[in-house]
Amino acid sequence: MPSIEWPYPIRYQKGSEVSTDVLILGGGVAGCFAAISAAKKGVKVIIVEKGATIRSGAGGAGCDHWVHTPNPLSKITAEELVAYELESNGWYCNGLSRYIAARESYDTLLELEKMGGKIRDTEDEFKGAEFRDEKTKFLFAYDYENKIHFRVWGTTFKPTLYKECKRLGVKIYDRTMATSLLTQEDQQGSKVVGATGLDVRTGEFIIFRAKATINCLSRHQRNFVFSSELRGLSSFRPPNIVGNGHAMAWRAGAAFTMMEKTSATTFGSGYSFPSYGSGNPFNTWFPCTMVDANGKEIPWVDRDGRILTNISERTRPAVGQKFLGERSMVYNYRKPQLIPDLEERIKRGEFILPLYADLPSMPENERRAIWGLMVGEEGKTKIPILQVYTEAGFDPNKDLLQGYQFLRGDQMNEVGHPKERTTGEIADAGGLVVDWDLRTTLEGLYAAGDALFASNYYYHAATTGRYAGRKAAEYALIAEKPETLKKQVNDEKERVYAPLRRKDGIEWKELNAAICRVMQNYCSEPKNEELMKIGFLWLKDVEDNEVIKAYADNPHKLMRTLEVIDILTCSQMVIHASLARKASSTFLNFMRLDCPLLDPPEWHKWITIKLKNGEADIGELPIDFWGSLEKNYKAHCGLP
Amino acid sequence: MAKEKAYATPNVVIPNRPVIFDSNICNGCNRCVAICLMDVLIPNLKKGKPPIIMYPDECWYDGCCVLECPRSGAIKMNHPLMQRVRFKRKDTGEHFRV
Repeated sequence: MPSIEWPYPIRYQKGSEVSTDVLILGGGVAGCFAAISAAKKGVKVIIVEKGATIRSGAGGAGCDHWVHTPNPLSKITAEELVAYELESNGWYCNGLSRYIAARESYDTLLELEKMGGKIRDTEDEFKGAEFRDEKTKFLFAYDYENKIHFRVWGTTFKPTLYKECKRLGVKIYDRTMATSLLTQEDQQGSKVVGATGLDVRTGEFIIFRAKATINCLSRHQRNFVFSSELRGLSSFRPPNIVGNGHAMAWRAGAAFTMMEKTSATTFGSGYSFPSYGSGNPFNTWFPCTMVDANGKEIPWVDRDGRILTNISERTRPAVGQKFLGERSMVYNYRKPQLIPDLEERIKRGEFILPLYADLPSMPENERRAIWGLMVGEEGKTKIPILQVYTEAGFDPNKDLLQGYQFLRGDQMNEVGHPKERTTGEIADAGGLVVDWDLRTTLEGLYAAGDALFASNYYYHAATTGRYAGRKAAEYALIAEKPETLKKQVNDEKERVYAPLRRKDGIEWKELNAAICRVMQNYCSEPKNEELMKIGFLWLKDVEDNEVIKAYADNPHKLMRTLEVIDILTCSQMVIHASLARKASSTFLNFMRLDCPLLDPPEWHKWITIKLKNGEADIGELPIDFWGSLEKNYKAHCGLP
Repeated sequence: MAKEKAYATPNVVIPNRPVIFDSNICNGCNRCVAICLMDVLIPNLKKGKPPIIMYPDECWYDGCCVLECPRSGAIKMNHPLMQRVRFKRKDTGEHFRV
């Protein structure tokens, strides 16, 4: 392709300065809800979004389920839901934010409906279905008895939120990448007074001054695997979610925890297939019957190993079981699943590969719920799966979609290569330490969604965003006008524009792949002190000797280069945290050859890391540091 | 007989056709360019022509561009050949692929 002149006006070195009350970094689900919530408190709000807020972020393209939500149709309480989440994760779960989410999730969902989001079966497409409540027209997933997980029309959500933000006068800076947090007196660890941003189409540098800032930038990805040939697959979430927020807050001196957690799954390995686009019985496809190559059904069992005799039993708790978790593996909350010895039985020849999802055999309502509602409303499904597959001739009434989790049948449990680990690609991941105001360890900096430590889920991002928005607004109403130092801004400008000054050098892709190779070789599983120290050495080498050669020749590539520099920072954070945990842990997928004791009680705690005077400062917090859930929520929520 | 020619061309980055435009339907409104999460598209210099897929290797395959397009058929998603899932007709056993 011949060289094309950059189609947008170039504005390198041109800067602008704006002031606001509440600055929201990241216009995803958490960011939008935070903006709406803050705006309703009467303060000035700005959203800074790298993509286009109307459809950006992991939840931009859609949402199939709104989980863990106490509501009038269910007996399950917020306390019970948090207990389930904590137990399912070995207590390495953000109980604080999960409790906030459980308390406010239903109200948040109703608010979304008022804004224009579709949350009920208003067209009566599923009249008479087992998972539908006829009166409210709510549809439920996974546990039809306890009704705590809603099935929703999530493709309608993001555009609805965007419209509401605009209606409330939120100023949105799309195509603007946040690059650093501004701290008072340019001191690491002092109050956050705003952020800097880069317009990724024009290259303009923008200074945002704010009384309160909310980090809604999700978590880190692309630390262990990067491939541009396996595109769309070597990260589960949008590839441009790289932990910019983590890196920025780290540099500013904020504390993080659980950065040592990684996992090895087929999500983000690069060798799976388009998300939700292959036959499987997991979540979006639950409880689809799976068959082998000869059409033989693979049995389902409940948590006690009892073979289920009909499909209805897959969506009900077992005898004596309180309720079904969305994906818990612990006995108390485990959903029915395919026989756990499937792998052995395949190897013995009892079931013949490949396996298929047998949609044609499903009862009509279940079939249409899976193919058409869940696959359809979940992100990355309406066009990539539903439309593309239908045009290719796939018919859910006649066709068996092949499964690619060959030996375990279930994507969540299929383990990838130990070196192809995931960090923030799926499930709970490391993030910012926060208090009951969802405030980080830095004054003026709040966090919501997956930027929070040990967090996950759309409903959680929405609800914590809504909470953090009002807490940040409350603070902004009494905070002083922020002052920023010229030197801090100029230093950041230098850093941001450096790659543009070079005529050639190393491409951002090679830089990312090199970082991943260091992580694969020195911070994979199992670990030891020597390997990780060497890994740290080589990451420092990349930082000191290779980043200075990184070059970009337009604003878009500059964005990609800056992303990779933050991937490097997040990878360093992972090694810091990994070195600090001197015990192994099942729940953190963390095995150390030199510290083989598995989850000893004295190590059942949060390891915290932060930068102090440029050096990594290690700390710890008790596993339940948030204290009494109800008491603290009542004291801090700011609701009557 | 005219002398045959060849040109030194670099290898193409793949996958390079995450979406395919139909220039007979697309009118270059650029709504897909405005919405792309990864910013892989740039507007064509010629007004009314389909956008250029500048960074096809960055596409996340979310399909928001197709969802946003007001003209049916103007833009279609195209999974990389190595990411096409297989399916089997239940009654005949015939094999198909996306």
